[in-house]
Amino acid sequence: MVQEAKEITIQTEPFVLNIGPVHPSTHGVFRMRTTLDGEVIVDLEPVFGYLHRGVEKLAEERTYTGVIPLTDRLDYLASMTNNLAYVIAVEKLAGIAVPERAEYIRVILAELQRIANHLIAVGAFLNDCGAYFTPFLYMFREREKIVDLFEMLSGQRLLYNYMRIGGFNQDIPEEFLPAVRRFLRQMPRFINEYERLLKENEILLARAKGVGILPGEMAINTGASGPVLRGSGVKWDIRKADPYSIYDRFDFDIPTGTVGDCYDRYRVRMEEMKQSLRIIEQAVRQIPSGPVKTELPYLIRPPKGEAYGRIEAPKGELGFYLVSDGSIAPYRCHIRATSLLNLTAIREMVIGWKLQDLIIIFGSIDITMGEVDR
Amino acid sequence: MTVSLSGSEVAQKIAERFPQAIAEAGDEAILVKSESLFEVAEYLRSNPELDFNYLNHISAVDYYDYFEVVYLFTSLNHNHSLVLKTRCYNRENPSVPSVVRLWQAADYQEREIFDLMGISFEGHPNLKRIALWEGFEGHPLRRDYL
Repeated sequence: MVQEAKEITIQTEPFVLNIGPVHPSTHGVFRMRTTLDGEVIVDLEPVFGYLHRGVEKLAEERTYTGVIPLTDRLDYLASMTNNLAYVIAVEKLAGIAVPERAEYIRVILAELQRIANHLIAVGAFLNDCGAYFTPFLYMFREREKIVDLFEMLSGQRLLYNYMRIGGFNQDIPEEFLPAVRRFLRQMPRFINEYERLLKENEILLARAKGVGILPGEMAINTGASGPVLRGSGVKWDIRKADPYSIYDRFDFDIPTGTVGDCYDRYRVRMEEMKQSLRIIEQAVRQIPSGPVKTELPYLIRPPKGEAYGRIEAPKGELGFYLVSDGSIAPYRCHIRATSLLNLTAIREMVIGWKLQDLIIIFGSIDITMGEVDR
Repeated sequence: MTVSLSGSEVAQKIAERFPQAIAEAGDEAILVKSESLFEVAEYLRSNPELDFNYLNHISAVDYYDYFEVVYLFTSLNHNHSLVLKTRCYNRENPSVPSVVRLWQAADYQEREIFDLMGISFEGHPNLKRIALWEGFEGHPLRRDYL
């Protein structure tokens, strides 16, 4: 009987499984058309566009300032840095200088936003790993503090619409910097708490280590950026490589991974949060007093030409390619969407892994569908 | 600081290899003829002095008379960048060579331009609509759409 069973060879046929468009682990409205052989993924085709709102087209009919609310709605988990990328592009296009104090506020806000984004990225990633909502809510507890800080400035908790071309509309309230200092005192303790719970966690190590490897060469070739690129061991951070705003004044390190697996990407995000705290601390210490706004006409008319402004957003390189024809609205506003390019490598990352690994690998890339589809 | 390479200097190097390729070269960008775009891109990627291993973005602009496709390349090793442009004058059936074989980063971006601007990329392995559904009529990012 035993002898007989050995001789039977099982024939399996690949079959197609649709994951999404509406599925809790797809982080938005996203569909993955996977071809499976048993449990093993042999092919994957991402299908998206469900959230396409035509932001680039809408931008062509608005004034330069009027585009800022649209940028909020791209990567809605990091509105502040979206605003920053856009205003930097317009300032480059029109040659507008920004007052010193405004630059410092921008750095503080951008780094706070980075921490808030990474908290969600890591929380959602652990959620995908199977730690159902416990770490996610831990992360939300601290994100809430950052959201409170932003609410103090802008009155909004998600879509801040706060930065303006040439600086800010009004100065930060008096209570803001003391509140940031309080946050700086509290946050390291919370990060240590996460590290204690997660860094050596056996389940996390078993599920994320060695899974979904993206080699450095491929990461570069597929246009990955941010923690995905750095997790693969490529030391490339626009804040250091091509400093914008006043990032050249601060002292911080670029954390990188070694092999480029899911665990490395997770580690890079955790270490980046610590580095962001360092930057905020220096910025809060050095911030000068003075104006926060360059006086500009109500309608900005940049001279004819084009400019590409980019920043290191929490998810990677976020850029705006603007073309001006000298009128009050951009002639063309192309968005270099970080999430879209980070998604390019997903097929290569998941082939050969099992279906349950797909969820983790996808979670470790950290994308927002609002930015992928635009 | 990422150094933006002067277009005219790089254009001289390209002209040594491909004398017919350059249409125009300024300080900020190089404009190449669309038929030799792939060869020039391959040269930019493989030349060790230039070594453009990273494709930051591809964008397309509709200027009514022609479409302009804009590429921004960066070399992560040398930390310099270059803007490369090409034009299609054919409004009915615009087409440019695809660079997916050189940089996979071009994959979704070329599909997006195909979808929204209606420029087809020869040699793209999977050229179909990405943001809009199959069967959608027109290309919304063209200036004469609506």
